[in-house]
Amino acid sequence: MMSEPQEIIPIGKNELVGRVAEFFAEGYRLVQICCTTLKDSYELNYSFDKDYHFKNLRITVAPDEEIPSITAVYHNAFLYENEIHDLFGLSVKNIAIDYHGTLFRIAISKPFSIENVKLPEPPPPQPEESKQDTKVVTEHPDGQEPQKA
Amino acid sequence: MHKNIIPFGPQHPVLPEPIHFDLVTEDEKIIDAIPSISYVHRGLERLVEKRDYIDFVHIADRICGLCSFMHSMGYCQAVEQVMAVEVPERALYLRTIWAELSRIHSHIFWLGVAADAFGFESLFMQCLRLRESVLDIFEETTGARVILAVCKVGGVRRDIDAETLKGIVNRMTAMRSMMEEISNVFISDYSIQHRLSGVGVLSREDAYTLGCVGPMARASGLHLDMRTLGYAAYKYLDVEPVVESAGDCYARCLVRIRENYHSIDLIRQAVEKIPEGPVEVKVKGAPNGEYFSRVEQPRGEVIHYVKGNGSRFLQRFRVRVPTFSNIPAMIKMLKGSELADVPNIILTLDPCISCTER
Repeated sequence: MMSEPQEIIPIGKNELVGRVAEFFAEGYRLVQICCTTLKDSYELNYSFDKDYHFKNLRITVAPDEEIPSITAVYHNAFLYENEIHDLFGLSVKNIAIDYHGTLFRIAISKPFSIENVKLPEPPPPQPEESKQDTKVVTEHPDGQEPQKA
Repeated sequence: MHKNIIPFGPQHPVLPEPIHFDLVTEDEKIIDAIPSISYVHRGLERLVEKRDYIDFVHIADRICGLCSFMHSMGYCQAVEQVMAVEVPERALYLRTIWAELSRIHSHIFWLGVAADAFGFESLFMQCLRLRESVLDIFEETTGARVILAVCKVGGVRRDIDAETLKGIVNRMTAMRSMMEEISNVFISDYSIQHRLSGVGVLSREDAYTLGCVGPMARASGLHLDMRTLGYAAYKYLDVEPVVESAGDCYARCLVRIRENYHSIDLIRQAVEKIPEGPVEVKVKGAPNGEYFSRVEQPRGEVIHYVKGNGSRFLQRFRVRVPTFSNIPAMIKMLKGSELADVPNIILTLDPCISCTER
């Protein structure tokens, strides 16, 4: 299995622009900004790459929190930031090219917001015995005797 | 001087799919370009709520017609990484072969569309005729010509027997000579050079800082090719990024032409080295974790991000497609260019709106 080392660095929102500027100074390119809806907050991953070293800055924000724009450092971030505003309903402050909610022509407002996204329930933790029972049923659906390891 | 705003798209003869630019012009010169996207946004990413992680491969397959296989491979890689699934070596080689065939078919299609855009219709016909042979290989090996649906979490759905693999190499060798004929026209024809050389120049520095990927970045001198990461079977093959330095429309055209030859060579290498063995493993459980899978599509680096919490339904699936990443660089190139060059500049980006409107 190929495994590319990937680093995720959790930081506070107030550190964001400073840390992004450090990445810029070190010669990293901005690969993407990826927003993920959590149960009651949003997680933003700012991905950078330099010589195939992949690093992510991660911030977690509440729905009503304002996020600082990084377009003053990486101009190409404006598309990602407008996307986050339009699809997730998050407010991004001082975007270099701000579409004010018109980048995405969508039928419903902020479709990826907490109110709209249905998150899957994690499976309940199962005791060791019942897990083994499930495995036996899966591996022997035709009723054969399970082989013991 | 008086400024005019000229709308370009979303319907335009050079655009197979809708994207719009407001071109701010002074006389015939572009001084600014404001892009508009999302005319056909589909919200496929949210379908993870309705399809479990095994079924979702079929959605990933349908993000785009030209890059269908790349999307399913990137998605499967991400899930396999989260679940620590060991994909059989033979399946990795088969994925590589289909991926390179996809690249050839996409690049030839682009060459044809580009030829049509600068008024060389017979060349367009020749390119599409050549592309047919790749589609025929897809049909024979996967049963489909566009949406291949052959990749799955844990491997691939179909094997290719040794005789067919040998046949593919032979057909690629024959195709190479036909490709050379067509490529010579692109490389040597005076009118094509005149139309593309020195047009839409993007410097190496701009390409890097604006997040450019794929042939766009490589035509500006950046050695940026995700295949060098060694995913699938690329770690066993001699991958050498095709790089040009001029950064203009002509250089982007040359990169795609040379990449076709490189892809043919990679297919030959993969067929020579492919081991015997199974093509899939049984996958149990559900993904619990996250991963950014990076794959080199025909248009550049694509990122498939998956995040799961142990449920069979993913918490998040996100695709960052190369076109989305190349739009800022396109704006940069359009500024200062002539109005008549806009179609060629936009086309040499090879915009895939289907991917962008995932």
